[in-house]
Amino acid sequence: MAEQAIPGWKRWLEGSGDQVIFLTRFFRNVFRGGFEWSEFVRQCYEIGYKSFMLVGTTAFIMGLVLALQLRPTLVDFGALSMLPKTLAVSIVREIGPVITAIICAGKISSGIGAELGSMKVTEQIDAMEVSGANPVQYLVVTRILATTFMVPLLTLLGDVLGLIGGFLAINITSNVSALLYFNKCIGSLDFTDFLPAFIKTIFFGFIIGFVGCYKGYNSNRGTESVGLAANSAVVTASLWIFVVDAIVVQISSILFYH
Amino acid sequence: MEEADKHTATKSKSSSVKGETVIHIKGLKKSFGSNDVLKNINLDIKRGENVVILGKSGTGKSVTIQCIVGMLAPDGGELTVFGEDVANLKEKDLKELRMKIGFLFQGGALYDSMTVRENLEFPLTRVLRLKDQAEIDQRVEEVLDGVGLLDAIDKMPSDLSGGMRKRVGLARTLIVKPEIMLYDEPTTGLDPITSREISELILQMQKKYKTTSIIITHDMECANITSDRVVIMKDGEYVAEGSFDELKKSKEQFVRSFFN
Repeated sequence: MAEQAIPGWKRWLEGSGDQVIFLTRFFRNVFRGGFEWSEFVRQCYEIGYKSFMLVGTTAFIMGLVLALQLRPTLVDFGALSMLPKTLAVSIVREIGPVITAIICAGKISSGIGAELGSMKVTEQIDAMEVSGANPVQYLVVTRILATTFMVPLLTLLGDVLGLIGGFLAINITSNVSALLYFNKCIGSLDFTDFLPAFIKTIFFGFIIGFVGCYKGYNSNRGTESVGLAANSAVVTASLWIFVVDAIVVQISSILFYH
Repeated sequence: MEEADKHTATKSKSSSVKGETVIHIKGLKKSFGSNDVLKNINLDIKRGENVVILGKSGTGKSVTIQCIVGMLAPDGGELTVFGEDVANLKEKDLKELRMKIGFLFQGGALYDSMTVRENLEFPLTRVLRLKDQAEIDQRVEEVLDGVGLLDAIDKMPSDLSGGMRKRVGLARTLIVKPEIMLYDEPTTGLDPITSREISELILQMQKKYKTTSIIITHDMECANITSDRVVIMKDGEYVAEGSFDELKKSKEQFVRSFFN
């Protein structure tokens, strides 16, 4: 049993070491000259704009469903007037960031993993490297920074659309003016609701980009490894998102909510 | 005698190549786990020389050129390119050395998210750091014209045939005017007519750009057209070298089997 456990640990340690080296290469290249602005902008467009419909639709429906589900419980407690506040706090603090991040892990992280994986298989990354170009700066830095920049923006848009979905749900059964609803929503939120949520979306964006790039860049040579890289990127990024979420919520609870 | 026979002594074409040694390999070793791919490689290549490496699959031909360009680190032996010890170069120095070496991959390795023009501009803007768009356009068009694909300048790699992809790959490699060219099976997967065209193009480009070349191939016609000297590998070691015609007449059964 002990003999079987050793290779597993070795592999885990090797993998962790590789990730640290990859992370170091990323940071070293971020601060090196010759930043690839055009590729960064292209990635922001690919990652941000092309994910907007999916994130927006999901957030809108989540807000709508959440409002419909919360309403009967709040009516039982005679606290229907708390519905906008409950919606706003739950969407801004937790549901918006986590749902957006999980969707982006599925769409973006897997996409990056598959793209870089296929570039590895078809020797495109090797071709860049042996030509004297810097594939980390061109492929990795731009993608990680684009996800780190775009995921918070997508979350912000998702939050707004989630609240609009909630407004629609409330208006199915009641007649509440938009001004009153959004006043109540925004009035119930303060700095301590926005800041930790915003900070964790930056971490989520970084994780999505980093995991996708790491899995794709370090995939094996066979075509099978492209699928494995994409799959592994989604699973690992999703797991890390929940772990980081738990840590950030714990820290922000200690700092702001007690 | 046997040793002399193995290393077919006369190098009529190669001995005519006068110049400094640009690649020096002595006792090169490389293993992957328990698999000893390169056991003892010794090879000197002079400036302007075109060396073809022949051998069965898995004998370490590609590993040899990957060591030369610094993609793989050898486990032992000496390997110098332009007098620089490749395995011990710093990142910056390795990058500078790589700018003098062109590497044509088997499938061309074109960047499939870019057009042909963008593929060719990539090394000019990222490696040579050229800024003048007129100069970039002129170099792209010149090198594409050289490989006969000026019409395909705005096509995507997915719109090109296998032969066209190799031509564009060759153009992208030559655009930075390397001093050494490494070809990894340049004619694999092509029909005989296109293979001959690519082999002739390689020879034509070698003459035009005055490069030193190592060509790894299984294609005997390509070897015949492009080689000054042929080296044959078996089980991670070089077993014979000489001109194409000399090796064709070798007494060694293994050597002759490549030419039959």
